[in-house]
Amino acid sequence: MKKTAPREAIKELSMLKQKEMIASNYEKLTSAPQTGARVVSTYVPGNLNELIMCFDMLNNLPEINAIQNGMRKKSGGMILEAEKRGHSEDVCTYVKSDIGYMAKGAIAPNGKPLPSPDLLLLSYTGCFTFMKWFELLRDEYGCETVMLQVPYEGDGKVSKNMRDYVVKQLKQEVIPALERVSGVKFDIDRLRENLARSAKAEDDFVWIMQSAKNTPSPIDAYFGGVYYIGPIFTAFRGTEDAIDYYKLLRGEIEQRIALGKGPITPEGDLGEEKYRLVVEGPPNWTSFRDFWKMFYDEGAVVVASTYTKVGGVYDYDGFRHDPSRPLESLAEYCLGCYTNRNLPERVKMIETYMDEYNADGFLTNSIKSCNSFSAGQLLMMREIEKRTGKPAAFVESDLVDPRYFSASNIKNRLESYFQMIDQKRRAGGSTRAA
Amino acid sequence: MQMRGSLPSSPNAAPYGNTGKIMSDKKFDTTEVIFEYCRELFEDIDFTAAREWKDKKAERKVVGYMPVYVPREIIHAGGMMALGVLGGGENMEVIHGDAYYQSYICRIPRSTIELSITGRLDFVDAMLFPSICDVIRNLSGMWKLMKPETYVRYFDVPQNYRDDLGGVYYVNELKELRSGLEEMGGVRITDEALRRSIAVYNENRQLVNAVYDFRARTPWKAPSPEVYLLMRAGMVLPVEEHSELMRAYLAAAEAQERPMRDNCRIVLQGSFCEQPPLNLVKSIEMAGCYIVDDDFMLVTRWLLDDVPLAGDPLENLSAAFLHHSVETAAKYEPVAAEKGKFLINMVRSRAAEGVIFAAPSFCDPALLDRPMLANAIDKENIPNIAFKYAENSGQMQPIREQAGAFADSIKLWSGI
Repeated sequence: MKKTAPREAIKELSMLKQKEMIASNYEKLTSAPQTGARVVSTYVPGNLNELIMCFDMLNNLPEINAIQNGMRKKSGGMILEAEKRGHSEDVCTYVKSDIGYMAKGAIAPNGKPLPSPDLLLLSYTGCFTFMKWFELLRDEYGCETVMLQVPYEGDGKVSKNMRDYVVKQLKQEVIPALERVSGVKFDIDRLRENLARSAKAEDDFVWIMQSAKNTPSPIDAYFGGVYYIGPIFTAFRGTEDAIDYYKLLRGEIEQRIALGKGPITPEGDLGEEKYRLVVEGPPNWTSFRDFWKMFYDEGAVVVASTYTKVGGVYDYDGFRHDPSRPLESLAEYCLGCYTNRNLPERVKMIETYMDEYNADGFLTNSIKSCNSFSAGQLLMMREIEKRTGKPAAFVESDLVDPRYFSASNIKNRLESYFQMIDQKRRAGGSTRAA
Repeated sequence: MQMRGSLPSSPNAAPYGNTGKIMSDKKFDTTEVIFEYCRELFEDIDFTAAREWKDKKAERKVVGYMPVYVPREIIHAGGMMALGVLGGGENMEVIHGDAYYQSYICRIPRSTIELSITGRLDFVDAMLFPSICDVIRNLSGMWKLMKPETYVRYFDVPQNYRDDLGGVYYVNELKELRSGLEEMGGVRITDEALRRSIAVYNENRQLVNAVYDFRARTPWKAPSPEVYLLMRAGMVLPVEEHSELMRAYLAAAEAQERPMRDNCRIVLQGSFCEQPPLNLVKSIEMAGCYIVDDDFMLVTRWLLDDVPLAGDPLENLSAAFLHHSVETAAKYEPVAAEKGKFLINMVRSRAAEGVIFAAPSFCDPALLDRPMLANAIDKENIPNIAFKYAENSGQMQPIREQAGAFADSIKLWSGI
């Protein structure tokens, strides 16, 4: 049978805008040795972009590099390289991909090498592995490392002690380290300006994610959502670029709603919306398009996802960065990231999404690499089924290790799951979205 | 020798009595008797000794804790018993627990869930889940969902070791723990009671260290399976009884002549959470390696020195944690050059000839830390090997072969 060439993905203006933003950030990062710009490596959850910008430093995120390499099908070799160097097959593949990436010269998507960071800012938020990851990176880079410990919300709330601890670390550890490495003095008014811009973008971002309450949903809040979170979770929160991006995206979505259109997919507009799902867990990146296709081929739309809260929760309890309380606000942002919340809170959040987004079912994509997300997901799934009466399903894959993506297995499970939803509808247990 | 009465009684005897059933009617004058008693406790996954302690008085409470560290002094000061929950072990069949976890998650949480679902922890009034990894952290939330009637606390610790930062945070966490336990137990935990309990645990720690020192000096007189079970007994007995048991063991082991084998001396590293099967400990020794130090049950010697009795007890516990505690994978090492030093010092001070990294499968802290520790000891030319286990690993032949080859290589090639 003759193979057909893959269809060219349709790009909207917002997509092109984001592409430009990412390309320009990689250009700035890779040209840092020439421009003299200082680079700070930090993580997506609890990333302090507004603060980092106060020191004219550039933000490099190892998870994003791993994702880029996963989507470009390069992470498999990098993971093998790390395993050859003694890293266990059992541990996080973001870490191993990152270590293998460095071993292979850390070439950015623009084909130029990424510079070594001048500072490792360990924002230890919601994931134990982060702590060990930066100890490993520190071994490789030998640069200054500063830690920001963000206490876990074990009781499902932020206590004064937790907030004070984070604020004090910002004042006494993080800011002095940023000043020292950058040579720039901290200016709190500059931080306030950055935070004000963040809040502006966050308003539009929340509107965009909540547009999925419409039927049909104009967006896919998981597969599309990972693109929408791009600027706000990474190096652009607090910039005019982020404000412009979300304004542009919002305009496009308003238009889709007006035209009664569903989400845009790599193969064009989705046809009929048959299933509305809430999804828990990160996506698989090495077969991202194949995974997405299994959904849109069946008319399944993800209306809310927890992964899009991993770098900050803005919709559920209305958090916004607040220029009037700059450091406290940064602390609350870090504390509130999704995987820093305890399991009962995560269940409550999902239950709320199931209800508010009129979902037909709940799906977990359980990631081998990520215990922070995955440990407890089977109980969460049963809780959601019990509380909502809606059917739930469970598939397993990995972040960036292609060895753990079994397409046929996942496809079979998804097909059976969609049949289960149909059956439940016929039995009157789950009404189809109007 | 009768246990109670014939041994010098501790100056820090428990304010609330401490009798477990089996303890009161046995003579602990030989290592065999002590070993058998400890084995009974180890194999008893119904925690009979702790249940019987609790049944003695209506107001008694039992507080369970998981690895790797909780300040047991605070529990003790409330007249409560701290019960170490280290999973179901090798003999427990996990039926329900597997339905809660994916295949790529370690075994300790699933067998702990099994203990709960099968009612074996139904007498436990509170559960503490220390900050060690994301799996145990999330288990705290699962416990909250499954056992809403139980006092459940995720016990967070500082990774910043400055008194004015991590210290302040930690003291406040300790205060929260204290008030949570007070409310749960309907008691007041005074500073005075805390000081008494700190003294009790200081003494217990001194005895733990004495046993470890004794084994390191004369490993043929204190085989590791015995020392291991002696420490496991400390998880399920009132602390005072554990201290008395260690005293009895030291006396009995010292008095007993045993043949010295031509074994090499190794440090075992990475087994601080999910415990290996007892057979693994035996196999390592049988293969020719005396274990002269390890990181099993670190809670018993997490703090390296006595905690001072004068002054604010919570401040003292905090300072001990920040400045005088073990280095392990669950903690952040802020100074790059210090990474692995603790292990190297342990090897040197115990005159060990090598390190065996033995970590549970899928254990993030141990497995992420291992390459860094291995690099550090490689630089010091300390031989090392690594393998993984699960608490129910059955096949010991490969471990014996690996440890045996390691022992041979040390004996044949070290120093050449």
